[in-house]
Amino acid sequence: MTNDKPPIWRDHRFWQITAQFIAVFLAAILVTILWSNLNRNLQQLGIQFGFDFLKQQASFDIGETPITYKATDTYTRALWVGLINSLRVAIAGIFFFTTIVGITSGIARLSDNWLVRNISLIYVEIFRNTPLLLQLLFWYFAVFLSFPKVENKVSLWGFISFSQNGIDLPWVHFSPEFSALLLGLIFYTGAFIAEIVRGGIQSVPKGQWEAARSLGLKPGLVMRLVVFPQALRVIIPPLTSQYLNLTKNSSLAIAIGYPDIYFVASTTFNQTGRAVEVMLLLMLTYLTFSLTISIIMNLLNRTVQITER
Amino acid sequence: MINYQLTWLRKNLFNTWYNSLLTVVGLVFIFWGLYNVINWATTQAQWAVIQVNLRLFLVGRFPQTLYWRAWIVLAIASVLFSLTSGIVFNKQSLNKLGLAIFAFIYSLLLIILPLDLTSRIWLLFIATLTLTSFWLGKTFYKTITPWLSPFWLLSFPVIIWLIGGGLGLQNVPTNLWNGLLLTVLMAVVSIIISFPLGVLLALGRTSNLPILRWFSILYIEIVRGLPLIGILFLAQVMLPLFLPTDWRLDRVIRGIAGLVLFSAAYMAENVRGGLQAIPHGQIEAAKALGLKTPLVILLIVLPQALRAVIPAIVGQFIGLFKDTSLLSLVALVELTGISRSILAQPQFIGRYAEVYLFVGLIYWLFCYSMSLVSQRLERQFN
Repeated sequence: MTNDKPPIWRDHRFWQITAQFIAVFLAAILVTILWSNLNRNLQQLGIQFGFDFLKQQASFDIGETPITYKATDTYTRALWVGLINSLRVAIAGIFFFTTIVGITSGIARLSDNWLVRNISLIYVEIFRNTPLLLQLLFWYFAVFLSFPKVENKVSLWGFISFSQNGIDLPWVHFSPEFSALLLGLIFYTGAFIAEIVRGGIQSVPKGQWEAARSLGLKPGLVMRLVVFPQALRVIIPPLTSQYLNLTKNSSLAIAIGYPDIYFVASTTFNQTGRAVEVMLLLMLTYLTFSLTISIIMNLLNRTVQITER
Repeated sequence: MINYQLTWLRKNLFNTWYNSLLTVVGLVFIFWGLYNVINWATTQAQWAVIQVNLRLFLVGRFPQTLYWRAWIVLAIASVLFSLTSGIVFNKQSLNKLGLAIFAFIYSLLLIILPLDLTSRIWLLFIATLTLTSFWLGKTFYKTITPWLSPFWLLSFPVIIWLIGGGLGLQNVPTNLWNGLLLTVLMAVVSIIISFPLGVLLALGRTSNLPILRWFSILYIEIVRGLPLIGILFLAQVMLPLFLPTDWRLDRVIRGIAGLVLFSAAYMAENVRGGLQAIPHGQIEAAKALGLKTPLVILLIVLPQALRAVIPAIVGQFIGLFKDTSLLSLVALVELTGISRSILAQPQFIGRYAEVYLFVGLIYWLFCYSMSLVSQRLERQFN
């Protein structure tokens, strides 16, 4: 019995390693070419890579400043303001309104009331099938900017009032930009969440409903105690990606002039021409957002899974 | 009969006290909403902005003398689409109601839209073509099926040639491709290019070669963590910085590049879902027959995986179609972009509601019909 080894080119391990080496090599060449192009182009534009521009004076005004900010502050401060503005929209949108709208209309889609079911269906089909950007433009220009002037604002039940200046509650004021962005994101994302919730609830076997009802539970309690907790297992993973989408979509604020992080970063770029650095900062910000949401949702996901011995 | 309707009402609207309450609230809400909307649409809205600018919405500043080329493009696309759907849905009997709705909407469009005689004749001609080719596809699906992919592949360069000109046709620069024409074109081109890239990335991500896998994961996760507007900005502003100084990329091409970079990552995740749905036994069986890995992937895994994710891909196409509206933020004049420029016309200032509702209706018609198709596809495959 001869112990001939097959020639090396017949060995698939050889090819696996070679293929990876080739991939790394090609990637390295590509990066080198792109990098040298970038350096040459930046040199021609007279820009040097570096983040020291962040310490310069921003000298632009921001419409909405949750922390004190003046045009003489630095770019760093301006970007902070943008970041906080983004967080305001994302947190209000995610943890509160979108979830409520989505779950309500998702459950309404399965109501035994024909009218409720169909109103919810129409809502979902309208909002899911038109671009978010268009909805934002509509909310802002066609709705909020067509409200009456501040002098003759419309007041509902004495405590909420609408005007071109935004929405006023006794304890808080929402600018028209913030309100339009928030409403747009809520109704758009809510329509997607509604479908996810509906799918999740439908995935719970019919027998569970019947068993719970035969134990004498009322329909509301069946939903709350038996069906919904089980549906959550199916709902949470796609829900996470909707939350991520909402956070990323808040960057469309730039279309209606709400000063979120993308808006401020883009102004910074326009004034300094620092495309690469600004883009890196943006990437870092959004990746941090995404990671945070993923981690929180994954923890939540773990708590709702079936615990087996 | 009345008894039956009463039973229906009681069962579906008034079966419990809270359902009765919900019904009443819902009815009040609907009537209040409808009253206001109809009141606004008939007395306050000025629809002239749509009438006057209809051409701009559809094809923008595409030269008027060359409209026949756009019409031929529409005809080619309709024929191919209806042939394909005829073949896909050959088992289902032709839905009389669907046909009636199609004819009704089409004739309504022919009557309502403020078009000239030539356009009406073209529309009628294309409607006839669509119906005929659907019927052809349904009846002769065995003969036509093998020709379908070559037709699609061939149609693509022909359509680009018809729109852009060159090779004997008068040139139309890309800044004149506007409106709905540009929206559809960019969505279709981007999804076509991102498809093979997405498949490669998905294969890379599920491959057992660690370096390839990490490259794919890195790309997919970074792109999916960024907002699309950032990627479009990257493509418009940074792509030229990364290319040699004397390469001048067209704005439309840079837009497509951005959409492709973005869409490929999402496509990869869709395809990965399909790949994971293939039982491992299939791969082992194919290998046991002596097939090499690339052949196993090409002949056994991919066809099944792609078939499983067709609905997801249609869903992604709908998303991409909506996302093209973001191109208006990087100064491309597609449907949303042209509506902004129409709103800047001095005689139509402030007509936001009319314009955005109309544009929204166009997007909605496209996306909703695509989602209907996707639902039927899903039923067909199950």
